[in-house]
Amino acid sequence: MVEENLKIELGKQGVFVTTIEELYNWGRRSSVWPMQFGLACCAIEMIATTMARYDLARFGAEVFRPSPRQADLMIISGTVTKKMAPQVVRLYNQMAEPKYVIAMGACAISGGPFKQGYNVLKGIDRYIPVDVHIPGCPPRPEALLQAFLTLQKKIDGQHLTGEGRPRHLDAEAQGEFPVPHQGEHDLEPTSNKGVWTVPVVIR
Amino acid sequence: MASSPYFPLAVLFLAALGFGLAPLGLAWLWARVFSPAKPNAIKNAIYECGLESQGDAWMQFRSAYYLYAIIFLIFDVEAVFLLPFAVAFTGLDAAACAAMLFFVLMLIEGLAWAWAKGVLTWA
Repeated sequence: MVEENLKIELGKQGVFVTTIEELYNWGRRSSVWPMQFGLACCAIEMIATTMARYDLARFGAEVFRPSPRQADLMIISGTVTKKMAPQVVRLYNQMAEPKYVIAMGACAISGGPFKQGYNVLKGIDRYIPVDVHIPGCPPRPEALLQAFLTLQKKIDGQHLTGEGRPRHLDAEAQGEFPVPHQGEHDLEPTSNKGVWTVPVVIR
Repeated sequence: MASSPYFPLAVLFLAALGFGLAPLGLAWLWARVFSPAKPNAIKNAIYECGLESQGDAWMQFRSAYYLYAIIFLIFDVEAVFLLPFAVAFTGLDAAACAAMLFFVLMLIEGLAWAWAKGVLTWA
């Protein structure tokens, strides 16, 4: 390991020092391809983010893939209805590792204005692990860019071995996320115990 | 061999080839050695639009769809051929005109047949 200060000094002299881990993480974070799908009004903001004015391409994420097999990032852009949730979870399952999730907007993170409704999922993190949550209704493109940069920072900070290594390098990590189905009154199961713990309501 | 004028070119070619193949090879090696595969039934499903595939792709279509095919031919393909025919009309000889008329009449016959059969009446 090279010390950070020494690295900066060497960089000033024109010597570039790196590690495999840094190189690997640089590659991972610089080409995160999102999956091309939108769920509600947040999707319009997501589309705006990819267009020339906000230009997500600056961060290497302009290639929206229409197939989960080729995508790295799932942007849950909008309200996830209980009708739609199984499809979203199934698509997440079909993405190749490593895969990341950004929950965009109030609906995706908690159900938002529809939280008290009967047909809206109260946050997609009940079924799949979310890396970055962005509040807003809808969040502005700048917020999505911020979320994306946060995700890049998260990828950059991951060590490839030991505790807390990325899920795709961990043979023990969960690979299959159960797809809920429509039950009599609600989705069954109502949440994935592996990724979400039911909050205890204190009265 | 080193004196050949093409020698630098060969070196550059090999370098270019290595530049392309090395990352691919490293990626393959990394996937093989370090990255554990996590296949499961959902991931390996052939259908990738979020829904589960139902039934068999080798199904038979109703033969009644031939009506749609005929109507499509009449209204769509005819328009495609009519436009160049109309543009080149003044420069055509009698034989070409007759051929085109024959073609149009055949399609009109199809239209008359469909009309008589009541296909054009929307329920």
